[in-house]
Amino acid sequence: MKLFELAQQAVESALAAGARYADARYVEARGESIDVLNGRVQSVDRNESAGVGVRALVGSSWGFFATPDTSDSALRRAGARAAEIAQASAVAPGDPLSLAEIPVVEADYETPHEEPPLEVSLSEKVDLLVAVTETMQAVDQIRLASASLGSWDTRKWFVSSQGHRISQHLVETGGGFDATAVGEAETQRRSYPQSVGQYETGGYEVIRRWDFAANAGRIAEEAAALLGAPECPEGEKTLILEGSQLALQIHESVGHAIELDRILGWEAAFAGTSHLELERLGTHKYGSELMNITADATLPGALGSFGFDDEGTPSQRVPIVDQGIWVGVLSGRDSASIAGLAPGGMVRADGFNRLPMVRMTNVGLLPGDSSLEEMIAETEDGVLMSTNRSWSIDDKRLNFQFGCEIGWEIKNGKRGRMIKNPTYTGITPKFWAQLDKLAGEAEWVHWGTPNCGKGQPMQVAHTGHSASPGRFATVRVGVRG
Amino acid sequence: MTDSLDIARRAIEMVGDRAEAEAVATVGRLALTRFANSFIHQNVSEDTVGVWLRVAADGRVAALQGNRSDDASLLRLVDGALEAASLQPRDEEWPGLSAPVEVPDVRHVDPATRDVAPELRAALVRDFIDAGEGLLGAGYCDSAFQEQSFVNTAGQEATGEDTRASIDGIHQTGVSAGSAHQTSMAIGDIDGSAAGQLAADRARRGMDAFDLKPGEYEVVLAPECVASIAIFLSVYGFSGKAVNEGQSFVELGRQQFDPQIEIFDDPLSPGALGVPFDTEGTPKRRLGLVAAGVTSGIAHDRRSAKKAGAESTGHAHPQSAVWGPVAADLVVQGGDESVEDLIAAVDRGLYVATFNYCRILDPKTQVVTGLTRNGTFMIENGKITGAVTNLRFTQSFVAALGPGNVLGFGDDTRFADSEFGAGFVRAPSARLASWNFTGGAEG
Repeated sequence: MKLFELAQQAVESALAAGARYADARYVEARGESIDVLNGRVQSVDRNESAGVGVRALVGSSWGFFATPDTSDSALRRAGARAAEIAQASAVAPGDPLSLAEIPVVEADYETPHEEPPLEVSLSEKVDLLVAVTETMQAVDQIRLASASLGSWDTRKWFVSSQGHRISQHLVETGGGFDATAVGEAETQRRSYPQSVGQYETGGYEVIRRWDFAANAGRIAEEAAALLGAPECPEGEKTLILEGSQLALQIHESVGHAIELDRILGWEAAFAGTSHLELERLGTHKYGSELMNITADATLPGALGSFGFDDEGTPSQRVPIVDQGIWVGVLSGRDSASIAGLAPGGMVRADGFNRLPMVRMTNVGLLPGDSSLEEMIAETEDGVLMSTNRSWSIDDKRLNFQFGCEIGWEIKNGKRGRMIKNPTYTGITPKFWAQLDKLAGEAEWVHWGTPNCGKGQPMQVAHTGHSASPGRFATVRVGVRG
Repeated sequence: MTDSLDIARRAIEMVGDRAEAEAVATVGRLALTRFANSFIHQNVSEDTVGVWLRVAADGRVAALQGNRSDDASLLRLVDGALEAASLQPRDEEWPGLSAPVEVPDVRHVDPATRDVAPELRAALVRDFIDAGEGLLGAGYCDSAFQEQSFVNTAGQEATGEDTRASIDGIHQTGVSAGSAHQTSMAIGDIDGSAAGQLAADRARRGMDAFDLKPGEYEVVLAPECVASIAIFLSVYGFSGKAVNEGQSFVELGRQQFDPQIEIFDDPLSPGALGVPFDTEGTPKRRLGLVAAGVTSGIAHDRRSAKKAGAESTGHAHPQSAVWGPVAADLVVQGGDESVEDLIAAVDRGLYVATFNYCRILDPKTQVVTGLTRNGTFMIENGKITGAVTNLRFTQSFVAALGPGNVLGFGDDTRFADSEFGAGFVRAPSARLASWNFTGGAEG
């Protein structure tokens, strides 16, 4: 209760200084990252932070002040500073902001987890990573074998001037490994489970489930084999994407495009805007009828799951694309109010010292009824691509080009030669209109993205993207530099 | 004694003789005023405290980071680091601590930028917005002050402070956008009106853009584009770790670039930013990276230097063991031609204001894909004749600056945003013989 009361002091001082709404988050965060390269520990980094961030609404602008000093006097000063900063914005005012209504609750939430990751011994984690890299190093031509683990343990106490009192304990764990083969004039890399590792909400059981040891040898052999593989063919082909690459495709070409703050122009200068226009919500054709996307912050284990967002809105499942038609957005209380929509509970900050903003939760593509093997068997001339290597998309989330680590030719229903440097490019709605096969629930994975950047100052969010492998009828592949 | 120096000393005293240790402490304030749709919608400020402690106990290394400076919190940090280190295998590549050595007495500090009132940032934003009458402005104005100190158990101490201010924004017509950026040590140097006028001019000239067929074009690149090229060369190429691992294009002593290319890291000159030492306590100094087109330098921290049999060049940061040391006070040497002169020399080509969302496909070849943004213009017979919709490129950055491909540099060197943030690169405009555009608005 003491932490609620500390935060409450900041809220009250913001109101006294002129704010018409204020909230405060007291956040204690602990994290750990371990990196091993070629059998040697490169770094063990642990971090701890604590502090309070106060948000005050005056006129058309949010003012925000954060401090690690949690003394009574500092918290009162922080609340007043937040209101004063908001008031300074009156030099360049907009229309007064209002906040969409949400239930005022007192509640607690904790991520379901079995083994608290920070309580697992350091030596057990290091031993796992060292063994994995040594397995990869045993393969000829592997010059770099690296492996990493990361975990976060975050506790938040949120209070608002409307009466919210919410405490949350979030636990996130993940990791991965990669092998790099270095040739005369090129590098080739393979990674597992995906290029940034796999992160989920949950404890160390996440790491045990992904079974690093069983996959290290195969990954290293694939990296070495890529050096001698032919280049990805150029031209228009049928494209099959394995799940983690399709997850990134969703993140970049759907997840960011449906952020309501981008649609409203609030991110125009940096992250960009969106090709979507609000007046077409409910009618715009985003893709084929196989395309069913939800933003679901209630999915057990998915990285973008939580109990309440950083405005106190309960987590929820929101339809985004229904049989190819765009029907929903990612929103917060202010943006939803402007758009006349219900708030989606998608406003989060990456620490006590950052202003909460619209972020993806778990924006995922619901599974279909095919399978990867069936898709291959039903493809005459195509390419299968796996595991992201590079990603680039324009500021409206339309024109994209992605590179993958590995590909295979598909000829007459059979997986053929391995190919290197596979890339594909397209325009978002044209691309999604080509989706003609989607694998089913057995291959549906809640992929995690632990490094989504947005905002100024920069914030990094942890988001989830459920996906199974999918097939796209005609896509330009093999773009060369 | 400064606050940060006191924090770093106390942390090292708590370690005592239990381990080798180095501490970096920071105290500062970061404030940022953000605007969109021509009004201020977010206005933030924070007091910052940071403590980074790395210990090496009998060759077993661990690092901890926190944001509390009271004795109890520091002791918890110290004990946690020592415990983490004790559970580790020996780090055979641990390079040891920096010995006591003099650090240059250079301070890139403007007193007026230490604690900027939100009203001043708001006024600069107002100037930017007003310069684009009838347009929609968006962007930010920020100010930052940081005091940083380093102390280690080998007796090295260093302390410094720095300030920075930037304005970065766009104006939008509804069908086009133009951008502008300014960064300086002093907020008094920031001219919101001038930045707003440049952004507005680019936006207005960008209307009625047409789709250009992708292909190879001669280009004149504005400083933001050149800064993006430079930071990619630095992060993925001039990093000692990348070189050690065989992932870099760098071949010392070889003519890898056009003879006009001079690139160096210049942290101490007037107009630079930051403190004069790195997070291992190594003094910073000028480091030549490319001289007359010949690759001449590599950025090292103590770890990559030990492996290479070299000396640290003062480019450590808290994550450099994993991500590699980075030269981030980069200067690309300018020329003596005006931007107008560079454009006037082009028969048929493109002028590009900024790149967007650049991503590397292969660090060894430096092939990068990205897009143009906020101003892409057709040049015909030495004149800008119209606007072009944004283009995608897939281009080796090393090849782009390769022998014979550089046709001139502008006299407009300034801090340019490189997509990695403000204040890392000073760059001019550049005229290059060829740039590989691989896609247009329609893919």
